[in-house]
Amino acid sequence: MTTLLEVEQIETHIGQYHILQGVSFKAEKGKVTVLLGRNGAGKTTTLRSLMGLAPISAGSITFKGEAIHRLPTYEIARKGIGYVPEDQGMFPDLTVEENLRLAMRRTDRAALDRRDWIVDLFPDLKTFWKKPSGLLSGGQKQMLAIARACVNDNELLLIDEPSKGLAPIMVERVMGVIREMKDHVTVVLVEQNFHMASTIGDCYYILDSGRTVHSGRMEELKANDRMKKEYLGIA
Amino acid sequence: MDVLLNLAINGIATGSLIFLLAAGLTLIFGLMHVLNFAHGALFAWGAYFGVWMYANTGSFLAGILGAIVIGGLFGWLLERFFVQPVYGNAMAQIQVTMGLLLVLNELIKVFFGPNQLSVQAPEYLDESWLVGSVVLIKYRLFVIAVGVLVFLGLQYMLKRTRLGLIVRAGVMNKEMVQALGINIKKVFLHVFMLGAGMAALGGMLFAPYAGVIHADIGMDYGILAFIVVVIGGMGSIVGSALAALLVGVLGALMAFYVPSLSLAVNMLLMFAVLLFRPAGLLGR
Repeated sequence: MTTLLEVEQIETHIGQYHILQGVSFKAEKGKVTVLLGRNGAGKTTTLRSLMGLAPISAGSITFKGEAIHRLPTYEIARKGIGYVPEDQGMFPDLTVEENLRLAMRRTDRAALDRRDWIVDLFPDLKTFWKKPSGLLSGGQKQMLAIARACVNDNELLLIDEPSKGLAPIMVERVMGVIREMKDHVTVVLVEQNFHMASTIGDCYYILDSGRTVHSGRMEELKANDRMKKEYLGIA
Repeated sequence: MDVLLNLAINGIATGSLIFLLAAGLTLIFGLMHVLNFAHGALFAWGAYFGVWMYANTGSFLAGILGAIVIGGLFGWLLERFFVQPVYGNAMAQIQVTMGLLLVLNELIKVFFGPNQLSVQAPEYLDESWLVGSVVLIKYRLFVIAVGVLVFLGLQYMLKRTRLGLIVRAGVMNKEMVQALGINIKKVFLHVFMLGAGMAALGGMLFAPYAGVIHADIGMDYGILAFIVVVIGGMGSIVGSALAALLVGVLGALMAFYVPSLSLAVNMLLMFAVLLFRPAGLLGR
């Protein structure tokens, strides 16, 4: 098993608040690693810290054996990390096509073929190709955000709460796409919807008050009602 | 009717000059949220350095190119060493860029002397055409043409190039642009240089238009550019173009028909626009 991403005891301050107080986890290549936890546990800040958007004050982040925690955000992304933020990070006045073109780091034939392949996974995007992305529905925006993160040949995808605010049928569709992508890319997924996360995740890490408190294989967590109740509030 | 037409041409020409100054200001504000009070000083430096080049080479085109180059260079210096450290801190931006405005203005006096300079348009632009009873002054038409070309160029840059795509995206969500692997700081620097170059070009074109320049033109026109940016809507190039035309034409009409109101008209216009559209004509 190859470790693609290794996060060791990271701490992050935002203003006067000490948000992350020791988060550690590993993402194995080709697997879906799920970060779970209640609201305010530090899941979103963890992803933002990985991208350099909330710089860490202690600990280390290693991607493919290289420390990336002192790099600026754009260089972290160029290492091959795609990011889908919680709010989807849309550029509402840009069309669907422009959102994807902006993200593309290359424009050769292979890159365009990859874009077309990604767009084929999301037929809705074709329908709105020349429309401002601000006009898309919540689910369509989520799909565009994922497509945008995949349009480059990234090795790692960081996806923050893809099911948030979506109707169940849309959640299923978004999950279907992530399932399809997992054959091509390693995924770190932040998710509050345990049912959804458990169908897609290979392993889990539970965050509580800015710390990693438990980890293991997803199958084990599914069978552990006490842990689910204690840390995730699921009966 | 002829008077009206002449006033309109004068107003549009003035509007073109103000647009050159305001376009950079609105781009810089829209993308970087930087209140650049030093922008007017770049206008003044463009005028002085361009006129100096023009006087020493005898070529008006060399003067224009010189102004653009000095503007871009100052833009690079200002962004890299003074503005970059204060991104995200509006109060510090005001203090730093106000300070820069004063220093750059005084530097004009150090390098070019404290006296006013008289400037004449080159011979080939110094004549006029008589169409019916309307006098068309070539230089004013030239200023309008440059304004239109710069506007079209900016629109092309924003709508058709990758830099424009990044700028438009950066105005909406800077953080996400970086998360897509784009070095937004480099883009900030380029936009700042572009804005500074346009301001300096505006200054150089202003010199023969006014016939005389002094070190404080940056202050006077800088304020006018801010008014235009506010009226047009911060961050909107089309809004700035519209507002610059409005301010230019209204100013020309008022100066002719109600001279006592000519100084107040811009403020009244800004007041009226903000009352009904607080974000400006095309602002969000």
